[in-house]
Amino acid sequence: MTEIAHYSEVWRHRTPRKRLFMWMGWLALVALFVWCWQLMTENTMWYFVLDAPRQAADIGGRMVPPRWSYLPELMQPLWDTINIATLGTIGGVIMAVPVAFMAARNTTPSQTILRPMALFIIVTSRSINSLIWALLLVAIIGPGLLAGIVAIALRSIGFVGKLLYEAIEETDARQIEAIEATGASGAQVLSYGIVPQIMPAFWGISVFRWDINIRESTILGLVGAGGIGLKLQASLNTLAWSQVTVILLLILATVVLSEWVSARMRQAII
Amino acid sequence: MSSVAAYPTTWRRPPQIVKDRRWRIALQIGIFVYLVLAISTVDVNWSRVYEGLERGQRFAMGFLQPDFTSRWTDISRGLIESLTMTLTSTVVGVIISVPVGIGAARNLVPRSVYYVCRGIIAVSRALQEVIIAIFLVAMFGFGPFAGFLTLSFATIGFIAKLLADDIEEIDEAQAESIRATGASWVQLINYAIQPQVMPRLIGLSLYRLDINFRESAVIGIVGAGGIGATLNTAIDRYEYDSAGAVLLIIILIVMVAEYSSSYLRKFLQ
Amino acid sequence: MLTLDGLSKTYKTGDSALSDVSLTVPKGQIMGLIGPSGAGKSTLIRCINRLVEPTAGKVLLGDVDLARLGKAELRRQRRRIGMIFQEYALVERLTVMENVLSGRLGYVPFWRSFLRKYPAADIQRAYQLLDRVGLMDKADNRADALSGGQRQRVGIARALAQNPELLLVDEPTASLDPKTSRQIMRLLTEICAERDLPAIVNIHDVPLAQQFMQRIVGLNAGRVVFDGPPEALTEAALTTIYGEEDWNAMRKGDAEQAEAEADARARMEAIA
Repeated sequence: MTEIAHYSEVWRHRTPRKRLFMWMGWLALVALFVWCWQLMTENTMWYFVLDAPRQAADIGGRMVPPRWSYLPELMQPLWDTINIATLGTIGGVIMAVPVAFMAARNTTPSQTILRPMALFIIVTSRSINSLIWALLLVAIIGPGLLAGIVAIALRSIGFVGKLLYEAIEETDARQIEAIEATGASGAQVLSYGIVPQIMPAFWGISVFRWDINIRESTILGLVGAGGIGLKLQASLNTLAWSQVTVILLLILATVVLSEWVSARMRQAII
Repeated sequence: MSSVAAYPTTWRRPPQIVKDRRWRIALQIGIFVYLVLAISTVDVNWSRVYEGLERGQRFAMGFLQPDFTSRWTDISRGLIESLTMTLTSTVVGVIISVPVGIGAARNLVPRSVYYVCRGIIAVSRALQEVIIAIFLVAMFGFGPFAGFLTLSFATIGFIAKLLADDIEEIDEAQAESIRATGASWVQLINYAIQPQVMPRLIGLSLYRLDINFRESAVIGIVGAGGIGATLNTAIDRYEYDSAGAVLLIIILIVMVAEYSSSYLRKFLQ
Repeated sequence: MLTLDGLSKTYKTGDSALSDVSLTVPKGQIMGLIGPSGAGKSTLIRCINRLVEPTAGKVLLGDVDLARLGKAELRRQRRRIGMIFQEYALVERLTVMENVLSGRLGYVPFWRSFLRKYPAADIQRAYQLLDRVGLMDKADNRADALSGGQRQRVGIARALAQNPELLLVDEPTASLDPKTSRQIMRLLTEICAERDLPAIVNIHDVPLAQQFMQRIVGLNAGRVVFDGPPEALTEAALTTIYGEEDWNAMRKGDAEQAEAEADARARMEAIA
């Protein structure tokens, strides 16, 4: 082994060029972070920030003990919340199905017009949170459950539509080809070749979205769209922190329960 | 082969999920009753909805002909707050997530640390951003700083959970081979864990950046700064053309973020 | 009777899969289509029922030129052609009965197929076919609960439910073990004989083709390079179809399979 001098004596993980590139990247990120931090905190009142621990202790003190006698009053709003989530999910799924079929490459009736339109509907619905939809709808059709249901439905279109169209695109082409070969019409190919294949995905997605919607519908009341959030808003406005504790615990219990239900249901389907 | 006439002339598809006929009927009635009850609680003021249609039309028009100019100072301020909040909170959130995530991986740490870290994650995931924001605004005052804290906290729950799950799933053989060389705990993390989860961590961070921007538009409604506050004001003032402009900006940024983050993830892997 | 006249297919990429194929398959004839992978066997079969659109030439089934039909008319004509697929291509999540009945899709209106309310005659026929392929007791099972050989039997029943005048069979045994392969091939040939049904069987297994086919057509690079009875398929002929390859290895494998089969038959007889 006399030729060992050929090898470099320093071992490096990456080439120097690549290392330089990486360091530059990290440096740029740090610089960007510092710049953003300064922009963001330009108007921050540091006095309030320094005061925060005292505020936190104060609020915490007022939150316990929880005012359990408030609980019966919360049952009707809780029922409303569940209805908002369920009816909203049903509405959203009904609207999402045609959108998904228009968006999937293998089922879209028109690549050039309908597919981009469907994709735009999906991205719009996904970018805007249900609370913002609710804010808009309360302004348009007035406060109440209906605004909440429609908000949840509109937000669900994008989520369900996206996952469903991906499922449609992943279907087994051979099964569809076999149905086509029997002389089936377009609608029959859909109902025999494609629908049975996406059914498990469809139910899984719907139940999953319902679970998310329970979570989201608990806060829609903050902007007037009904449900338990209305009580939260009212308690916050009157600084009734001991009631806020009860509401939060109830929301937490509902969310955990709905998560369990949705997990069980998805297991049963698959 | 016997003659055709000997075969049955009817066939019913057997039920696939609920096999018992009585249960099936009970389930169907149950669903029907629930729907009737649920729909009956929806008390719709139809005259109010009818009035709203005209407003809805104005909003649709505002969406089609958005007004970027008349509220531009508000919009740009909200946008800067949202964007800076998104970036800083993602960076801080990810930095804190790394130790929390390692602490929440069962195969690396003692039991007590594991439970504490999993507890932090559970709290952060169970509470919605908006609810956290309400509290933080009450403590830290209105403005983007409360929003920054909210998003950082939410980021911890998201990243640390996925990171911990990833670490728990890593190839034990690789970790074992490093351990066998007599490496310390820190060296183990550096050589065996980091190379395996680093690409995932970067991917997750980019994904979270995306989510944080979307959320930054929401927490403004409860006073935590950002573009949501601008939107809230615009809707309160019935300025639907400005609201339309804000929504279009949000959609555009989300689209750009989604495409560039998926591109960046491909580039980094 | 099926007649192909100057059938050609060039893919968008410019690859020519078929060039100028002319063939006639008379009633009742089982024709095997052999050739190396990429020779265009699959394309040829799919050009006949236009799952792949041919670029030039005629496909005459009786006196209808399938290559020149509009969409609605093509659907009506596809009913006359039953197709059996390599990986069975059953709708996995539907029951066996639904898969067989799906052969009737071209005959029934949408609402009937959607509500699974098929005419009584269709259901009787479906049961009869299931009985013929030996799966009477599996009617209510889901297709993905069956073994490979059973699935292929369902595939055959589905194709026959169409009441076809021609069978297209694409690698029916590619995903089956040797013994099941033979059973399936025997079932296919019996059924074709019972109904005087012509069939084109695309097959990669040369010994199997020689054993069961009445006529063999060899394709190479999209052209017919051999057309004759199985006995005429000599070493030289195989070399023109496949190029230089070691055929003896394949023959030896075949001898093993035959032995296994004889063994199984002996056992069956002992039980009976």
